[in-house]
Amino acid sequence: MAWRAYPAIQHVIAAGIVAGTTVAFLVVSGYDLSASLSALWRGAFGSIDAVLSSTLVRAIPLVMLGIGVAVAFRVGVFNVGGDGQFLVGAAAGTWIALLDLQIPAVLTVCLALCAGAFAGGLWGLLPAALRLRWGVFEVLSTLMLNFIAANFVSYLVRGPLQEPTGIYPQSPTVSTQLPVIIPGTRLHAGFIIALLCALTAWVWISFHASGFRTRLTGANPTAASSAGLINTGRLTLGVFIASAALCGAAGAIEVLGVTFALYENLSPGYGFTAVVVALLAGLHPLGVIVCAILLAALDAGAAAMQRDAGVPSVTAWIVQAFVVLAILATAALTRRQRLARFVSR
Amino acid sequence: MRRSTPTLELVAVSKRFGNLRALDDAHLLLRPGSVHALLGENGAGKTTLMRIAYGLLKADAGSVQLDGRSVDIASPAVAMRNGIAMVQQHFSLIPAMTAVENFALGKRGLFIQSREAKRLQEFATQLGLSFAPDARANTLTAAEQQQLEIAKALGRECSVLILDEPTAVLTPLHAASLLRWLREFADQGRSAVLITHKLRDAVAVADDITVLRHGRSVLTSRATDATESDLLGAMLGTRPTPAAPQRRAFAVTTIDVQPVASLASVTATDRREQLLEISLDVAPGEILGVAGLDGSGHRLLLRVLAGRRAATRGSVVLPTKIAFIPEDRQREALATDLPLRDNIALRGAGTRRGWMRWRYWSARTRKLLKEFDVRAGTPGAERGAEGDELFPANALSGGNQQKLVLARELSDQPELIVAENPTRGLDVQAAAGISTRLRAARDNGGAVVFYSSDIDELIAECDRVLVAYFGRVRLVEKSREAIGRALVGAA
Amino acid sequence: MELAAAILEATLRAATPLALAALGELVIERSGTINIGLEGSVLAGAFAGALVAQSLGAHAGLLGGAAGGVFFGVVFAVFAIGLRTDQVIAGTAVTLLAIGLTGSLARSLFGSEGLALTLPMLPATSLFGLDRMPIVGGVLFAQPYVLYVTLGLAIGFHVWMTRTHSGLSLRAVGESRQVALSAGIDADRIRWIAILVGTAMAGMSGAVLVVAQAGTFVEGMSAGRGFIAIAIVALGRWRPLPVLAAALLFGGASALQFAAQAVGWSLPYQALLAAPYIVALAVLVASARGGLPPAALGKHSHGE
Repeated sequence: MAWRAYPAIQHVIAAGIVAGTTVAFLVVSGYDLSASLSALWRGAFGSIDAVLSSTLVRAIPLVMLGIGVAVAFRVGVFNVGGDGQFLVGAAAGTWIALLDLQIPAVLTVCLALCAGAFAGGLWGLLPAALRLRWGVFEVLSTLMLNFIAANFVSYLVRGPLQEPTGIYPQSPTVSTQLPVIIPGTRLHAGFIIALLCALTAWVWISFHASGFRTRLTGANPTAASSAGLINTGRLTLGVFIASAALCGAAGAIEVLGVTFALYENLSPGYGFTAVVVALLAGLHPLGVIVCAILLAALDAGAAAMQRDAGVPSVTAWIVQAFVVLAILATAALTRRQRLARFVSR
Repeated sequence: MRRSTPTLELVAVSKRFGNLRALDDAHLLLRPGSVHALLGENGAGKTTLMRIAYGLLKADAGSVQLDGRSVDIASPAVAMRNGIAMVQQHFSLIPAMTAVENFALGKRGLFIQSREAKRLQEFATQLGLSFAPDARANTLTAAEQQQLEIAKALGRECSVLILDEPTAVLTPLHAASLLRWLREFADQGRSAVLITHKLRDAVAVADDITVLRHGRSVLTSRATDATESDLLGAMLGTRPTPAAPQRRAFAVTTIDVQPVASLASVTATDRREQLLEISLDVAPGEILGVAGLDGSGHRLLLRVLAGRRAATRGSVVLPTKIAFIPEDRQREALATDLPLRDNIALRGAGTRRGWMRWRYWSARTRKLLKEFDVRAGTPGAERGAEGDELFPANALSGGNQQKLVLARELSDQPELIVAENPTRGLDVQAAAGISTRLRAARDNGGAVVFYSSDIDELIAECDRVLVAYFGRVRLVEKSREAIGRALVGAA
Repeated sequence: MELAAAILEATLRAATPLALAALGELVIERSGTINIGLEGSVLAGAFAGALVAQSLGAHAGLLGGAAGGVFFGVVFAVFAIGLRTDQVIAGTAVTLLAIGLTGSLARSLFGSEGLALTLPMLPATSLFGLDRMPIVGGVLFAQPYVLYVTLGLAIGFHVWMTRTHSGLSLRAVGESRQVALSAGIDADRIRWIAILVGTAMAGMSGAVLVVAQAGTFVEGMSAGRGFIAIAIVALGRWRPLPVLAAALLFGGASALQFAAQAVGWSLPYQALLAAPYIVALAVLVASARGGLPPAALGKHSHGE
């Protein structure tokens, strides 16, 4: 079908689905359409500040997690452990930042991000190895690890990493922070890092031999192994870990750029939203940027909708759900099981 | 009281799988109280035809009639309600469940283990066997599994029993016993269809015989009226042989030159097959034919020769550049959703380093499309046109996909070409094209190992023929009779 | 001893909804489908249960919960069975949908500050007067009847799956669709029924959270119990009675955290909370090696 060959069209369709679902939901639920939509717009794009401090800032973790999830999907792995990897990455990054190393801030930031990536990668190593060695379904193993990570962070912020007064379940404020790239806003350097990650992922998967191998393995692992003589097991392991590392780095970035502290609900379901982002983008890394911004806009706008028009902010979840169902239905109805093939073994 | 056995007739049945015409106006008439043998080579369409009778497949054209009335057998459940039961060759037992549970599958109400176990025992004794009812199906031997299948079908109180190659995994003793039992079954007034490629079995036990070839019923007669050579002729038929193959100057029976590939006492095993101490050499400039029935080891042999499977014992010496053309190209050779260009670049992807030069690959793909006459775009357009390389592989017809695979595999002048039923499912023209290519590759000094389930093709294309049987291989004389006998392990 | 009784009581109370949801997922997975959307059904059941209980009482609330769970079960089945899409993606979408729908409906119906409802709750049911037994009597035999129902279901499923043909058919569909079809079994019908029954139970478990525990509805109150139920099924190796035992284990973990706080145990309670997941992970490995999950689990999509 033509729409697969031209990503641009795909993204326009994606935006359309999101917009359409939102409007439909509002109408069906009887909310004041114009008031809601204008609140949504204001919250997401209404002012420069909205765009930069609200939407784009929220997009940063979604871009990185979305890339992580998309890359894993491309090789045929369903990484729903984004939340867990995000959390352990955030914890690792926080820990480094709190160590008070006597080195330039830039180095601390780099170290923290690397620690985040390392921790995330480690968190992905276990399910990846289990899948390779014993065929353990990665959906279940990564979900379990999400819970374990949540408990771990809960322990950290009430114990070893708790802030000095001991009242709040969160870490002390981190003094090393990612610099703000546009003064007067909250948009921090993580945005640039996220864009770079997306760009690198795109270049890698489209033009590098190992990226090509990844696509082949995801498309048809049997042929990849038989005709291409690709070591699919090793490749899958590597990509899985890389995906998890990206999610971990995203966690560290969130702490150093936005929250400046570690606490329990650091990820309000970013892991799931990242799945929606990846699917909506057709697993294309550059598409992930667009879709992440789209869904971040939805999130930002939803908060404003709730404040100003009384529309509950969980609307965002409903829209996301409908988006996924719409994608599934379209894929099924056109008999293009491409997405499903990316996650089958 | 069991209902009376109906007359089952399959009338003008046709069925296609994509481009493959599996059945073409096939007929079969099963008289009540008779055993009807359905003969034919591998791929003749026997299983497909009976699967339609059992409701596992839907015919594209034609009808299934019981006692002259057309019946829509939409599913096995419907078939069983009409008294038809089928024992299949594969995939019919649940490995994790016990023999009794498998036996009793599909009924209603309470499952009383002891009662079902007793019933199972009764049928088993009828067949001259015995079972441990609590044994899990995956602990039974292949023969026992087959027997359990038959017991299962009997347990359905059927009046028409279809058996698909039931003696394939039985020892001669058990096979004879089964055939005797089948005779009694029919004498009791019920009917059976025996799908087989074994001439002897058919003649020994059947009342009527139908021979299928390339999906058509080419011979139908009473067993007593047909001679063995009539049947063999109908099964194997005559094929328009292409121009006589150009032979190399030296005789290939004695190998004085360095072999392209050699196996020495190789033992290998995979999920369904095994190889037992195989030794063979493949000479340059020869086309070595391989024949074998399902499970004989030919699949594994080809993959060991292609370097896709390792040997557990013995030594395997292979050249560096090997081409592999598997039978199931959509599963093993192509990424059907990806563009042709990517599929061409698939060869060698495992060891490639650095960046992909897509312009190079696009140009190369276009060149290969042109050279191998692969049609990608609209009919009538020039081959290898600009943009052709971006079509996904699933936009190509079966024949063109096969040409694509060939183009890719032969593009770097491999020293050894391993081809598995490369012309299967292709029309005559496409098939001839493939065989020309393989011969050309051979003429350039390479060697070809060629598996085919069509004995004629083997005789026409190959210099030598190896026949695989239960994990061993044997060089045989290039004649239909010799190959046919070796396929079933006869002297 | 009082502490032990209290822990036992808390364990049973926490384990009941988990066991109910897990048994539901057990039936679904035994038919070869993996329903990640179970979480959505649990949450929907909590919401629907609260809604119904408000006007019709606690017992009706349970039925309302079942209905809520089935609603999302139908959505899931339409995609997973009807359209043959990937089960995991469909399940994820269903969960998201449930979170969103229940959250927004709750806000508009119950007000935006969250609900301070006090709903009618299930009374403790004395089982054959056994609650007069010393020490454990009061704990084991004076629970809301849902506990006994759940126990009964576990035993019932065990008997059903091993001793009836329909149970056998269910297992066959979960092991091999091909074989089941050849045996004349209507695989899709069985999978539909399994999903309806399983999600009804999951929905009921959500209602249990409301009418037997919290007495109110809070957004997101299922708190991942649907996912935990999936782990419990793996831990219980896809058999009803071990699943029940596994649910008790998880229930015990949440009960122990209170005990630990009371006693001042030095082990961080999060470790206790996390322990069941770690064990579940280990069991996933063990069962993958032994080939214990239904062989066709997750594989019924796209024409297989």
